[in-house]
This record gives sequence, structure tokens and C-alpha cells, in this order.
Amino acid sequence: MSALVLILVLLPLVGAAVCGVLVRGGGSPGGDAAAKAIGFVVSLVELVLVGVVWAMFVPSAPTRFQGEISVAWIPAFGTRFALGLDGIALAMIALLAVLVPIVIAYTAFTSAAEKFPDGRGAGGFVALMLALQGVLVALFAATDVFLFYVLFEVMLVPMYFIVGRFGGARRQYAAVKFFLYSFLGGLIMLGSVIGIYVASGTRLGQASFDWATLQHLAAQLPLSTQIPLFLGFFAAFAIKAPLVPLHTWLPDAGAEAPIGGGVILVGVLDKVGVFGFLRYCLPLFPLASQSLAPLVLVLSVIGVIYGALLAAMQTDMKRFVAYTSIAHFGFIGLGIFAFSQQALAGSALYMVNHGISTAMLFLVVGMLAARGGSSRIADYGGVGRIAPVLSGLFLVAGLTTLSLPGTNSFVSEFLVLLGAWPREPVYTVIATVGIIFAALYVLWVFQRTMTGPLRGEAVLGGGPGAASAVAFEPTDGGLRDMLEDDADARRRARFGDLSGREIGVLAPLVLLIFLLGFFPQPVLNVINPAVSATMSEVGVADPVGPNGVAR
Amino acid sequence: MMPTVISALPGLPLQGGASLSTALGVDYGALAPLFIILGVACVSVLVEAFVPLAQRARVQLVLTLAAIAVALVVVIVRATSGVPATIVLAGSLSVDSVSLFLWGTLLALAIPSVLMIADRSVEAGGAFVADPEALAEAQERAGARTPVTVGAGGAGGSGSDGAGRAGSSRGSATPPPEMHTEVFPFVLFALGGMLAFCAANDLLTMFVALEVLSLPLYLLCGLARRRRVLSQESAVKYFLLGAFASAFFLYGVALLYGYAGSVRLSDIAAAAAGSLRSDSLLYGGLALLVVGLMFKASVGPFHTWTPDVYQGAPTPVTAFMAACTKVAAFGAILRVFFVAFGPTALEWRGVLWAVAIASMVIGTVLGLTQTDLKRMVAYSSVAHAGFLLIGCLAITPAGLSGTLFYLLAYGFTTIAILGLISLVRSGDGEANHLSAYAGLATRSPVVAAALSFCLLALAGVPLTSGFTAKFAVFSAGLGDGEAPLVIVGLVCSAIAAFFYLRVIVMMYFSPPAPDGPSVSLPGPLTTVSITLGVVVTLLLGVVPTAALDWAAAARFLG
Repeated sequence: MSALVLILVLLPLVGAAVCGVLVRGGGSPGGDAAAKAIGFVVSLVELVLVGVVWAMFVPSAPTRFQGEISVAWIPAFGTRFALGLDGIALAMIALLAVLVPIVIAYTAFTSAAEKFPDGRGAGGFVALMLALQGVLVALFAATDVFLFYVLFEVMLVPMYFIVGRFGGARRQYAAVKFFLYSFLGGLIMLGSVIGIYVASGTRLGQASFDWATLQHLAAQLPLSTQIPLFLGFFAAFAIKAPLVPLHTWLPDAGAEAPIGGGVILVGVLDKVGVFGFLRYCLPLFPLASQSLAPLVLVLSVIGVIYGALLAAMQTDMKRFVAYTSIAHFGFIGLGIFAFSQQALAGSALYMVNHGISTAMLFLVVGMLAARGGSSRIADYGGVGRIAPVLSGLFLVAGLTTLSLPGTNSFVSEFLVLLGAWPREPVYTVIATVGIIFAALYVLWVFQRTMTGPLRGEAVLGGGPGAASAVAFEPTDGGLRDMLEDDADARRRARFGDLSGREIGVLAPLVLLIFLLGFFPQPVLNVINPAVSATMSEVGVADPVGPNGVAR
Repeated sequence: MMPTVISALPGLPLQGGASLSTALGVDYGALAPLFIILGVACVSVLVEAFVPLAQRARVQLVLTLAAIAVALVVVIVRATSGVPATIVLAGSLSVDSVSLFLWGTLLALAIPSVLMIADRSVEAGGAFVADPEALAEAQERAGARTPVTVGAGGAGGSGSDGAGRAGSSRGSATPPPEMHTEVFPFVLFALGGMLAFCAANDLLTMFVALEVLSLPLYLLCGLARRRRVLSQESAVKYFLLGAFASAFFLYGVALLYGYAGSVRLSDIAAAAAGSLRSDSLLYGGLALLVVGLMFKASVGPFHTWTPDVYQGAPTPVTAFMAACTKVAAFGAILRVFFVAFGPTALEWRGVLWAVAIASMVIGTVLGLTQTDLKRMVAYSSVAHAGFLLIGCLAITPAGLSGTLFYLLAYGFTTIAILGLISLVRSGDGEANHLSAYAGLATRSPVVAAALSFCLLALAGVPLTSGFTAKFAVFSAGLGDGEAPLVIVGLVCSAIAAFFYLRVIVMMYFSPPAPDGPSVSLPGPLTTVSITLGVVVTLLLGVVPTAALDWAAAARFLG
């Protein structure tokens, strides 16, 4: 299994290198097509391998990590190239492995790449995406704090180029803002990484970066030392997650990123922040985590409400998706810092589910925006009449975003609220209000864009892309009694429904949304041991008893 | 003066059959690198006088490179053979493991610098062509304008075409204009001065070495024949301010001699330990000494010469200066801090905290406002000097090794960056303005990728040498109770990332300007030096163990 974990890291990187050479070498359409095909195959192989690792993973194993490898890297600093999987990391890697082929398929095999600036082909995007996947897999699997930090910074580079090279009109601004925010957070974290390294040197005699060693050190560190170190890590993760006062980069990056990049950015890359809370902040600084929990809870709850309100007020669909994510990250933060088994497990599951939901929503929005040539909500109206499948899938994506029972998000949100209630009733109640707002923002956007008479510049107008509009032929007799104006409007509609390929891209996500909505147990089984381990590392008694009743 | 120095050496066999050279402690094995460099520098002057003009450039290049390479081999052999550290020349030079590391670094950095200086492919006749007007005239007569640089089209084809035209112009009436080959002895003398500077064990030797390294540098800065006024202005500015700094240094030496009765570093430390004398001479002397040293290292408030000189000097000279002078100056700073002032560190360190903070803040904040790439690199070097100072102020083995590693890493990255900057040209000169880099990635992806990589290294992104070095220095600083300095350093790194990124943004995300500058196809010499810089930057980021271990083994011998 150790070898497999290493292959999981190396395969996408090798694939990225091959694609990069193909794209760079030719600059020809042939090289671009080959890169797209190879990239897609590599991402599928990676998915299969993750499936194998998932099957080999033993949830009941007594060790914290499985499939561990450890090679000395820089002995002078005591750093090791050390990888190992726990349930949460595996779940995140699996999420990534599912999303990357979808993103590559969407970008490479639909007409999405035609929108890339300066006529850039999708081959470069595929190469960067695979590189990002390799780095992220290693990041989730890292069991050495130094290695984690290195990958935390390195992952910015491919994402920076994805946004900057393939994004929308203001991509430069968004890419730089993204990089600087994250880099600043990373450097603050570097201060803490060095701090804990020095602290381990003074207390253990031998400075170390090994996660397990540092976790044992946690018991010896006084609160006064833990708090600054915690804050350093927390700042980086709070920027990445993002929690509210530090979130302003996400709407820009999310709105300007190409759709495929946005999916991975919000769906997986941001999860590094909450993953960091779970893997680094809580176990390494248990005392500080407990004493500073109110701070995080306040920020989380503000995020839930503020993100929801701002999402409702957005005029741009991609920014809308980004703000819904900020609200969801608030829930995840609440679950993590409520310190109960249920809430933690709910948060870990939420990380997976939110990835799927956001990917779905982002892709549907992207497909709509690609048709109309605009992502302004006001440019659309009554799209359901001309694109019923698109409209239906938009509704599915919206419903999973607002956590309708039966969709995947409901399970995790319910677990978070249930688990957070015994310890933090006030915050839980406030966060629950966020669910109402969620219904508001999702349904309102749906109503404005999909229902009612056909209207809007992007649907009817002669804006950019009018020449490529697909003529619409009304076939349904039931619609005959519509207003004559409307029938006329439908003839003038600039685009039609989803193509078979686009539906194929979305199908796996729809399947997962309902599968995990009804059968979350396989994922919870993998997550739960890691959550229990985290609980015992924090050293807090679970407020929820084994029978699910609060003590 | 001399009797003091000699009597300060206990057990020196002054009488008996020993010759004077043994009496003075001339250890030829230990001093070989210094003798080779300075000796070949003298030979190089003779070459200038006797070798015919047409062959001079080649002879000088081979001679210089051979001298540096042999000296480097000697240093490596001595470092690996485990010969114990010695103090030679009547206590004036200390050939310890720190000196050897610094010597190795200096010589290794000198090789790519010399290659860039000797390169004549990037611009017609090289940066030091004797008479650019005559060259241009000759080319005009041959019917070609501004050859070697190529337009915004295919790089390779028209580049060789231009070289062909330049060749044909040589066949016409006037003899080909040659480069100023004096640069080679200048570089060798400067290098010899640097070697002596960072190994100097007493302050007078240090001062003499300072002058030996400075004077050729002043001249080198003024040697650009294109944009001559800018170059000469920079030389005058550097010279005047440098003379000021030297005076400060000398005054400091005088005060310290007054305090300790000796100019040897270890004697100053001994005098300061447990003496009841007033400290004002000691710290006054240190303050003045530090001004002189910080000036050379372009630290903080003593940096004012840096941007103008970096901008005005011919780019290869800037590369040599940026990399090697920094190493030598910080080598000397380390030695003064550790050997002479280590025991009293607690009392003076606070003041230098302020200097380090000032340097980091000045470098990053003023760097933000720059639109000229060479000036930006200059301000970045001021910020990096602040980071280096964090390592110097941690008077621990970790601080020493971190600083040494930082110098090695920073030097190679800077040389690569300046080499790459010299390739982007418009018309007759370098296009250093930021806007000239718009869309560079589409026209020359390799140059843009290499430059981005080096800029990320300066920003301190992991897997580059810049990160490893910063980590080494910051962890040493934090380990020695410099938490505020480290925090300022981290914040400044984040701010500085902005102006490095701005260049990458220009190169990758902006559309190229239609009449934008062109990218020269570098000749083999520049290619080698840039490749060397980039490869070392990568290696020290990914597998830095060997260099870190070597730096960690370095110890001072008072």
C-alpha cells in the first residue's frame, strides 16, 4: 500500500510533465489533443488506483496512518519525505480523484476551452490540473509538517497559472490576489512551523518535523506557547478555508477562474484550510484550540450568515457560488471547533459533500455562462423553457447546496448541527438560521434565471456569441398556449439545451449526490476512526454519548 | 603597528634558524587560493601589455577562468581533506572552515560572473566593447543595423543571420572593435580582495582587503560603453559613497585599537571580556565599523548607492557585484560579530535589530515602487541583506551556517536573474522597464520560465533555494530569541512577493506589445552561467543536504 500511495502522488505529476512537453513541444493542435487524451486517461487511472487504495484501507486498523513511507529529505532540518493516509485524508484524495477527471473531461471534450483567452488550448490546462492533483494528494498524505508546509506553498503555483492563464477578464488581478493572500498566510504559518520546530528542539533535545512526534510534544507545551503557534497555523488555514474577514480573495478567484479551475479551487484546494484545522491545529495545539475555540466559532457563524446574505445579493453567478461556499465553510468550522465526535465527523463528511455540491453548481453555472456568454444573473431569465435539462440539473445542484434531505449535503449538515448542539447551543441556533438563508439564495437565483418568460440579454439579445447560437425549434404541444410573445421569444433564443457530453460530465456528480444522500455510511466508516483519533488527541470528552444522546 | 601585531602572537619563533616566512606563518597550502588569484591578476596585467589586441580577450578569459577553477579546486581539496584551521601571515588571515566555505562560494560565483562578462554574443561586441560607435559604423557600412538582437519573430533564425552579418562587417575596411580586456584583471583583483576580506583576522587587513576589492569594482561600474553617462554616474556615486564608508570603517578601527590596544579580532573580544574600562570606545568603534561593513553589504539605511549602481553598471558587473560583494561583506560581518563581538552580543544586538528591520522594510517597500527591473533587484538585495542580518545576529552555530547557506543560495539566484535580464533588449540597450516584459512568455517561453523560477526563489517559495535559505536563517533567528525580527522578516517576504509576482504577471498574462523588445539568443557563455544559476537554485531547494552540512561544519578560529 505504501508503494501505491507514492504512485498516487507521482502518477499525476508524471502525467503533467508529459502533457506539458506535448503542449510546449508542438504548439500544434495535434500536441494539444494528445495532451488532453493522455491527461484524461491519467486522471482515470488515478481514480482507479484511489479506488484500490480505498479498498485496501482498513478502517479498524489500530495505527493512526496507513500506507506510510518515510525517506530522509534534509537531515540538517530533520525533515522527511513522509506520507501516510488516515480516513480524512483518504476521503479528500478520493474526492479529488473523482473531480479531476470530470473537470478535465468538461474542459477538454466540451466547448468550454473555446472561451480561453488568447486562443490557448486546453492541453496546458490539463497539464496544470494534473500537477495540482499530484501536489494536493501529497499534501493530504503528508505526515511531516515541513513537507506539508512546502506543498501548501507549492500548490499555489499551478493554481496561480490556471487562474491567470485560462481565467476570465480580470484574471490577472484575481490570480495575484489569490497568490498573495495565500502566500502571506503561508508565511505566517512558516513562522509557526519554525516555532514548533524550535520548541521541539528545546523540549525533546532533537528538533523534529514528524507529525506524530510533534503531537506527543503537544502535551508538554504550555498554553502560552501553544497560542502563538496555533494562531500562525490558524491564519494560514483561515485564509485558505476562508473564514470571514479573510475571504475576499475567494469571490475574485472563483469568479475569474476557468470553470474547471474554480471547481478544484473551491471544491478541494480550499479544503486544505479546514483539513489543516483537523490535522494540524487541533492535534498539535489542543489547549490553544480549546481556549481559542470561541474565536473560531464566532468567525464561523458570522461566515454562515454573512456568506448567505452576500450570496443572495450577488449579481454574478460565479461570485454567487463562491459566497455560498463561504457560508458552507462556516458550517465546517462550527463542526470542527464544537469538539464532538458527531460534529467532527459531520465536518469531515461535509468537506467531501461540499466538494461534490460545489463542483456540480460550478459546472452547471459554467455551462449556462458558456452558452450566454455572460455570468450576470440579470442577463438570464426563463432558461428552463429552452433548456429543460440544464434547468433541472441547476435545480439539483441548488438543492444539494441548500442541503435538502435526500441529497448528500443534508447528512453532513445535520451531523454538524446535531453534534454541535450539546456544547454550543447558541452558535448552533444561529447557524441553523443560515439554512433558511440558503433556501433563499438558491431558490431566488433559480427563479430569476430559470423560470418565467424568456428574457435577458444573454438569452435573447444580440450580444457576443450570437452567431453561434443554436436555433430552437419548439416541439412540445403543451406549450402552445403560451403567450405569443413568448413563442416568438423562444424562436429568438440564442442557445439550446445541454449536449450529451455535458450531461455525461454531470451524471457522475448527480449519482454521487443522491448515493451519498442515502448511503453515507461507507464514507463515514472511513472517516470515523480518524475523527476518534483527533478527538482523543484534543483530549476532550465527547459530549454525545454512544447512543446519540447528549450527556 | 607591526610590532604590536607580532607581539600579539604568543609563541611566535622570532629567533633561531627559521626564515622570515616561517616566522610570519606563511602557509603556502592555506594561502594558495589567494596567491593564485592575486598572482594571476598580476599576470593578467602583463597579458594586457604584451599580447596582441586580437587575441587578448580569449587569452584573458582562459587565464581568468583557469585561475578561478584551480583556486576553487584547491579550496575544495583543503576543505575535504580535513586540514586543521590555521592562522597565517602573523595572525592577519584566518584560514578556518568558515573562510573555506566563503572562498568556495566566492570562487564558484565568480565563474558564472566571468562567463557573463566575457560574453560578446548578447550585444554586439559585449558590454565592454571599446568603441560602440565604431562598431555600429562598421556594421552600417556592411549594410546591417543592430544585428545580434532579433525582432519579435522567430528567435533562432534571424539571430544567426545577425551573427553572420556581424562577421561580414569584420571583413570590411576597419579592424573589428575589441572589448576592454582590462575587466579581467579588475575582476581578479576584486576577487582576491574579497577572499582576503572574508578571511581577515585583524581589522587592518580587513581594511586593506576592503580597498583592494572596492577600487576595481568602482572602475568596473564605469566601464559600460553604451549608456555611458549612466554608467559613469554610478561609478562616481559608488566611489564617493564607498570612500565615505571606508573612512567610517577606518575611524572605527582606530577607536577599537584605542580600546583594545590591538586590531586583532580575538584580542578585542578578550579585552571586552571582564574589563572595567569604559565601553564607549568599544561600541563607538563597533558602530563606525558596522557602517563601513553594512555599506558594502548594502544593508538597510546604508543602501543608497545600491539601486543607482545596480542600474548603471554593466549588467554582468552588477551580477558579479551583487553576488560576490554580498558574500564577502557578510563573511566579514559574520567574522566581526562572532569573533570580536560575540561575548558582548547582548549589549549591541538591539541596535542592529533596528538596522535589520530597517533594511527589510526599506528593501520591500521601496521595491514595490520600482518599475525598472535592475532597480527592483537592487531593492530586493537590500531586503535580502536584512534577512541575512537576522542570521548574523543569531550568534549561534545555526545562525552561522544559515547565513553561509543563504549567501551561497542567494548568489546563484541573483546571477541567473541578472543574466536573464541582460537578454531582454530593445534597440541598442537592455530593456529594463517592467512594461518591456509584457507577454515575454509567448515569445520566449524558456527565458520567461527561468526568470519566473528565479523570482519565485527570491520570494522564498518552497522547493527553491530561497526557501531553504530563509528557513535556515529564520529558524536560527527564532532559536536565538529574535522572534520579532523573524515576524518582520516573514511579513516583508509576503510583501516582497508582490513585486516579484508583478514581473511574472507581466510575462505570462499580458499580451505582448507589438513594438516590444526582443530577446537575444544567448551565446554559450551566458547560457552556461544562467543554466548554472538556475540549476543550483533548484538543487539547493530540493536536495540542499550537502551544502547545509558543509555550512553546518563551519567554525571560526579566532
